[in-house]
Amino acid sequence: MRLRFVIGKIAGALGTLAFVLVFNFFLFRVVTDDPIGRLFRGRNLTPDQIEAKRQQFDLDGSQFEQFIAYLGQTIKGNLGDSILSGRPVSTEIGEAIWPTVFLVGTAAVLSMLIGVFLGIHAGWRRRGRLDASATSFSMFTYSVPDFWIGMLLLAVFSIQLDLLPTGGFETAGSTRTGLAALADQFVHMLLPCLTLTLAYIGEYMIVMRSSIIDTVKEDYLQLARAKGMREAEVRNRHAVPNALLPVVSLGALNFGYILSGAIAVEAIFSWPGLGQATQEAIRGPDFPMLQGLFLVTSASLIVANLLADLLYGLLDPRVVGR
Amino acid sequence: MSAPVSDGPMQEPSDPEGSRDPVDPLHFSPRAFARARRRASLRDFWRAFRSDRLAMAGLITLLGFVVLALIAPWISPESGLSVTASGGNPRWASPSWDFPLGTDHQSRSGAAQFVWGSRVSIFVGLAATVITIAIGSSVGIVAGFFGRWTDAVLMRITDWFLVIPFLPLAIVLAAVLDRSLRNIILVIAITSWPATARLVRAQVLTVKQRLYVDRARALGAGRAHVIRRHILPNVAPLILANVTLAVPISILTETTLSFLGLGDPTRTSWGKVLEQAQTEGAVLRNAWWYYLPSGIGIVLVVLSFTLVGRALEEILDPRLREDGR
Repeated sequence: MRLRFVIGKIAGALGTLAFVLVFNFFLFRVVTDDPIGRLFRGRNLTPDQIEAKRQQFDLDGSQFEQFIAYLGQTIKGNLGDSILSGRPVSTEIGEAIWPTVFLVGTAAVLSMLIGVFLGIHAGWRRRGRLDASATSFSMFTYSVPDFWIGMLLLAVFSIQLDLLPTGGFETAGSTRTGLAALADQFVHMLLPCLTLTLAYIGEYMIVMRSSIIDTVKEDYLQLARAKGMREAEVRNRHAVPNALLPVVSLGALNFGYILSGAIAVEAIFSWPGLGQATQEAIRGPDFPMLQGLFLVTSASLIVANLLADLLYGLLDPRVVGR
Repeated sequence: MSAPVSDGPMQEPSDPEGSRDPVDPLHFSPRAFARARRRASLRDFWRAFRSDRLAMAGLITLLGFVVLALIAPWISPESGLSVTASGGNPRWASPSWDFPLGTDHQSRSGAAQFVWGSRVSIFVGLAATVITIAIGSSVGIVAGFFGRWTDAVLMRITDWFLVIPFLPLAIVLAAVLDRSLRNIILVIAITSWPATARLVRAQVLTVKQRLYVDRARALGAGRAHVIRRHILPNVAPLILANVTLAVPISILTETTLSFLGLGDPTRTSWGKVLEQAQTEGAVLRNAWWYYLPSGIGIVLVVLSFTLVGRALEEILDPRLREDGR
């Protein structure tokens, strides 16, 4: 039973991934009947150059042959060459991915911890003062474009107060090493990370809060109280572990949101990650790069979802049994 | 939402007064009865809505912005958006009597951009939502009503769209298509219908099991009739609440796509103003009048829609009222 659950989830994820590959292939070749013209919009190419480009992008042969060639290349990790830089897309993405992982990972952990903490206390004392302000706060952050929060923070902390750097991954031309370099990067990451954290605390808070509210009515909490447990103990030992479950699946979903949010936020702070790469590719336009970026973000999200599903199955045996 | 069956037809209409044909308690026509009851429930609805102060504030703010968007051509001539027509103005001017919201890097008036931006942002938000809801509701109703393999196939597609990161998908779609308002609207609709489809399908599944659907079928009603007369009216309130909650997502998506440079280059939207503010370094120049008004406009409109949507949801779905979310 357990094995079947795991295999089913993995098969589902692989199916979705296959769909992404097919979509990615057709989007750029079938939506337009002239891919080369579309790829090099606004540039004059000689017939020889067009022919060379056709070969470079495997555009000869039937639609099906092209698809097979594309699949083979993708599995080998060859995502084509970036039009803007001429370097392989995989290299470009490989360089840009770490700053994003670093930023998004930190923001995800922080917003989850703070959001869950606020959600527990807001839900436990419903309609209390904390509940009212936490709910309004999350309504507000939900309504603000993430990157605009970034603009405001930048204006206040870097321009008005002149406390923090205006952007980048580290001080330009820095020769610092070791701990000093790390501290420099930390200072640079503060604002983008704070932006994303502020933007996504609300999502976790709302889910944790309604989950706690559902749990509060459970009989086993009354039983625990009847046994003479203190209120804080009832909350932390009985209510919270059960109410945490929905946050697990939200975690994966939110990871995707934060990743998406990072696209625009990175642009504000010139953070050299996937987001900035996306924005440069849009301005190009650099379609091979966009295609690669879409594939990588989708694949990482599918994996995150799969992990969340499996974790959920591990934590809640009822899911596996069904 | 199950009102049509639970109140028997023999019950007296709650408000016979003021209707065009006076309703005789013994011999009223079903039509007059239905009309009277609809009016009464509309009045109850308005009373419940009015008592929610935040929702009323949201509604008033929204009306204000809609009026602003509609009268834009009269209060701020479109030439204010043109670079050539703004040649005599100072650049990067801070707010003054002549330019209440300052000027930008090309000496265009910030106020004109704010007013005209509201037009595009609200229009795109509404248009995209209408298409989103149309696709989502159709898929949800068809999947829920017909079941079996239709349901399986449609839900598989829906799930796929739900798993794929929404913004990257919107970005690649918008990047491939030409930059125009129509395409932005389409991209938003294509990427955001699945949530509505799931919601509507779930509701259709419960409505389908109700007794009056069986009764209609037993009396010989066809599928089209059942969907039109029984399923749709019962799913409609949910769809309505969903509309008001989907507009914020559409507006925010338009803002982000425009900010990333995927908007219509010939139209000024709030997102586009923010994009220009970013590329021209308005934050670094401390030109707060350039990026504050558009952002505040977005926040106010989105927040108002959210407040109204939540109130609608709470009134239309009694379950939410009881556990008082």
